[in-house]
Amino acid sequence: MIIGEGKPIQEILAMIADKKKILVVGCKGCVTVCSAGGQKEVEILSSTIRLAREKEDNPIEIREETLERQCDPEYLEQMRSYIDDYEAVVSLACGAGVQFTAEKYRRIPVYPGINTNFIGVTVEQGVWSERCQACGSCILHKTGGICPIARCSKSLLNGPCGGSSKGKCEIDPDVECGWQLIYDRLRELESLELFEEVVPIKDWSTGRDGGPRRIIREDLKS
Amino acid sequence: MKTLSKLEKILESGKFAVTSECGPPRGVNPDVIRKKAELLRDAVDAINVTDNQTSVVRMSSIASCIILKQMGLEPIMQMVTRDRNRIAIQSDILGAAAHGINNMLCLSGDHQRFGDHQKAKNVYDLDSVQLIQTVRHMRDEGKFLSGEPLDGVPGMFIGAAENPFADPFEIRVPRVSKKISAGVEFIQTQCVYNLEKFEQWMDGIRARGLHKKVYILAGVTPFKSVGMARYMKTKVPGMDVPDELIERLKSVAKEKQADEGIALCIETIERLKKIEGVSGIHIMAIEWEEKVREIAEKSGLLPRPKV
Ligand code: SF4
Repeated sequence: MIIGEGKPIQEILAMIADKKKILVVGCKGCVTVCSAGGQKEVEILSSTIRLAREKEDNPIEIREETLERQCDPEYLEQMRSYIDDYEAVVSLACGAGVQFTAEKYRRIPVYPGINTNFIGVTVEQGVWSERCQACGSCILHKTGGICPIARCSKSLLNGPCGGSSKGKCEIDPDVECGWQLIYDRLRELESLELFEEVVPIKDWSTGRDGGPRRIIREDLKS
Repeated sequence: MKTLSKLEKILESGKFAVTSECGPPRGVNPDVIRKKAELLRDAVDAINVTDNQTSVVRMSSIASCIILKQMGLEPIMQMVTRDRNRIAIQSDILGAAAHGINNMLCLSGDHQRFGDHQKAKNVYDLDSVQLIQTVRHMRDEGKFLSGEPLDGVPGMFIGAAENPFADPFEIRVPRVSKKISAGVEFIQTQCVYNLEKFEQWMDGIRARGLHKKVYILAGVTPFKSVGMARYMKTKVPGMDVPDELIERLKSVAKEKQADEGIALCIETIERLKKIEGVSGIHIMAIEWEEKVREIAEKSGLLPRPKV
C-alpha cells in the first residue's frame, strides 16, 4: 500500500492561516491502514487545528469527512453537495488523492495534510518499510523476490557495492543492505546462479523517467 | 593490445604494475593536483584520479586527468554512476578519449549520504557492471548504447574496483566473475589490511581461474596514526582492519606512528607480491602522496619499467 505520515501541524496551520471555514477529508484506503489519514487522524487533526486557532483567538469552522477513497471519481462526487460552503480542503489522502480532489473541485484550494512517502508494507505495528518504486517492469523473479531498485540505496542491479557490511547498508547501520537480503534469499532458494547473470542496462522509460504514466485497458473501458 | 594505455602495456608484458591515486582539489587551482601528481612521477605507472570521492564535491576527474595528461603522466579516470546518466557517461567517455585518456575505472560511487551535499538526488541509471559494459561496447563495437555508430572509438583500458572485505564475502568472487563477463580488464581492490581474508579471496579467484582473465592490483593505504587506523576500522563501511594492527601502532610513540604505518604498508606489499594472481599494487596514500615513492622504493618496486 501507499505509506504516508502526517505533516507537522505548523505547516498545516500556515497553509490555512487566512481561512475561516475548511473541510478536512480523510481516505479509507491505504492511509487509514497506515494510520496517517483515516477517520481517526481526521478527528485528531481537526481538534488540534481548532484548539490552535482558538488559542490565537481566531476560531475556525471545520467539517470532518472521510471518503471511501479519494482516488476514485465516484467517491469524490460525494463532496459535491457541500464543498462550496468551504474555503479550502485539507486532504489526508496520499498525493494522488489530494490531486484528484483538486482536479474535481476547482473553485477552492486543496492542501496536503500528509506527506506521501512510499509503496510499502506494515513490518509490525507502527513500523512501515518501503518495498517498491513502481519502475513499471518487475524483475523480482530474478532477485529472490526482493527488489534491488527499492531496497538497495543505489538501486544497483548487479550485486552489492563495496560498502555492504554485516548485512547493513553503507548509508546507515539501521538500513538493511538490499543485496545481502537478495543473496540470503537466493541461497535459501538454491538459485545463486541467478546472481552470475549480468543484468542488462535497464529501460527506465517504463518508470517515471518515461514521463507521467497511464494505463488504458480497452477491455475495461466503458 | 587493445588500447594505447601504458598500464595495459605493462600488465600485458607480464610486469608487476604499480598505481597510485590523486584526489582533485576543492577549488579551481590546477597547481594542487599538479603538485600531488608530480610527487608520483616515475614512482608509479599510472595514477587514479578520484571522482568526487565520498560524495564531496571536487574538481572533476576528467578535467584533472587532462591536467595529468598535459604533464606527461598516465591518468586512470575514475567514473562513478552516482552523478551521471548514460547520456552524460557516454559523452564524458568521448571527451576523455579525445584528450588521450586511456584508462578508466568504473565505479558505483559512495552514496551521497557521506558527502557535503546530502540533499542531492542520485542517478544510478547504470551500476558499475553496466558501466563496464558501456565502455566495452563503445570501444569494441564502436557504438553508442542506442546502437548508433560513433565516429572513432574510445581506447579505454577498462578497470573496476572490488572489495574482498565487504559482505557477503561469498559473493565477492562471483562479483569479479560478473565484472569479467561485462568486459573488465583490471581490478583494483579495497585497501588490504586483513591479509588472511585477502588470501582466502584470492584462493577463490584462482579456483575459478579468474586471475588469468583479469589483472588484479591489490590496494594498500598506509596509516598515518593509530587514530586513522581506528577511524578506518569503525567509520569506513566495508573496511577490515584487524585489531593486531591497531595494537601494533598503539605500541609505538605517537611521533613514530607514521613510520610504523609505512613499515606496515611495506610489509603488506611484500606479502601481496608473493600471492599468485596478484599483478600489481595500488598505493592509495590519502593526502600523503609524498610517501608513495618511499613505499614503492622500499618494497622493491622501483625503478618502474620504461615502456
Ligand atoms: S550497502 Fe547494499 S544496499 Fe547499500 S548501497 Fe551497497 S549494495 Fe546497496
